[in-house]
Amino acid sequence: MGDTSLLRTPLYDLHVERGAKMVPFAGYDMPVQYPLGVLKEHLHTRARAGLFDVSHMGQVRLRGADIDSVIKALEALVPGDIAALAPGRIRYTMFTNDTAGILDDLMVTRFEDHLYVVINAGCKTEDLAHLKANLPADITIDYLGDDAGLLALQGPEAAAIMARLLPEAATMGFMSASTAVIDGMPVQISRSGYTGEDGYEISVGAADAEKLARLILAQDGVEAIGLGARDSLRLEAGLCLYGHDIDTTTSPIEAALNWTISKRRRTEGGFPGAGVVQAQLAGGPARRRVGIQPEGKAPAREHTEIQDLSGNRIGEITSGGFGPTAGGPVAMGYVDTGFAAVGTDVQLIVRGKAMPAKVAALPFAPHRYFKG
Amino acid sequence: MTIRFTKDHEWIKLDGGVATVGITDYAQNALGDVVFVEVPDAGKVLEQGKDAAVVESVKAASEIYAPVDGTVLEGNAALGDDPSLVNTAPETDGWFFKMSIKDMAQFEALMDADAYKSFTEGL
Repeated sequence: MGDTSLLRTPLYDLHVERGAKMVPFAGYDMPVQYPLGVLKEHLHTRARAGLFDVSHMGQVRLRGADIDSVIKALEALVPGDIAALAPGRIRYTMFTNDTAGILDDLMVTRFEDHLYVVINAGCKTEDLAHLKANLPADITIDYLGDDAGLLALQGPEAAAIMARLLPEAATMGFMSASTAVIDGMPVQISRSGYTGEDGYEISVGAADAEKLARLILAQDGVEAIGLGARDSLRLEAGLCLYGHDIDTTTSPIEAALNWTISKRRRTEGGFPGAGVVQAQLAGGPARRRVGIQPEGKAPAREHTEIQDLSGNRIGEITSGGFGPTAGGPVAMGYVDTGFAAVGTDVQLIVRGKAMPAKVAALPFAPHRYFKG
Repeated sequence: MTIRFTKDHEWIKLDGGVATVGITDYAQNALGDVVFVEVPDAGKVLEQGKDAAVVESVKAASEIYAPVDGTVLEGNAALGDDPSLVNTAPETDGWFFKMSIKDMAQFEALMDADAYKSFTEGL
């Protein structure tokens, strides 16, 4: 059973017990789907609530002599406005390189005395080396590694379900985090996610992870959801997947992540590639990440060529597939800026044939984050 | 009526000179929820082992290969409206296309039901 060269999350046995189809992902043996299947798992998450094991992601705590020095140190590596975060608040940002390419995207939570960051599973080794090489020596990098699990509960019923286990979760603001105790288990809970739905991400000690997962799965309305539906949910929500929609060849501005960079950081710079970002903000990037709506029923997958109506190559699909909530194919990709306006007619080359498509507004499924 | 199977999990059923092709229950189970099928048009010349149709799940697109040489007589238009027939009725209503067979020896050389059953049990 299983590939022993792969790492396992604290929930491995639970996945196998529930009949998950396990696949290698970023070095981990992960559930791509359960017997319910990707389509129903996706729709269940949008209708009620889904529990995801995201323990493969990297959790890191950054500490220093004082919080301001930690914030300053991290801001030297990311364009996000970390200094503007009040304690308990979260921000999405990215590690950039000197040409404004994206090394990874991450979530940063500011606590009273430290920063907590969550990085992609596939980038953990490089990110940790990057932090070690570029943060001042007095900043300590505490990688939680196998000591911690990470669960995500997502969907319109997530708040009501979580409130049964932790009443104060109901009033948490979107993109906020706090520590708490659920049934005797110390956790760190945030109101955030990767599906476009309301929900929570819960960091829990590895020894408690399975117990917490079973407790949540026992609640009415919750199904276990695999990586397959996680991908279709985030695609419909217009959210980037590192290594596909963003990588070292794309800048935050090309990726249409301008919203993640505050006025202060645009003006002051002070992060790798700031000059490139400032130039692209001033003059516009040469290409831009956009939504792509195929007009037929055929999904257009990653690397599908995007052409103008004269047959000239104008870009490429970076994520594409079938959107169960959209009820048809959805995609996103990069197009030359002149074609980035919503409604622009383009064509997609699928198996040698040109398929009509339009540049579309993202997201394909409206975000339903908690507004308080 | 005789039926044969390929190692790529297509079935081909011969009935009065017309062969119907689809994918097996084993294959649909491995693919998961089918969300799109592209079937070939009538008149398309098929070559054994080469692309004949496409089936897509939420996750990925997969090629369906021609089990034998021949010519397409009809694609299953019903799959355009309801690709999930491939999941619910893979070996009946979820057929992909009908074809004429160029060389019956190719057909005879494929696995029969018992051989295919043993083949999948060994996977």
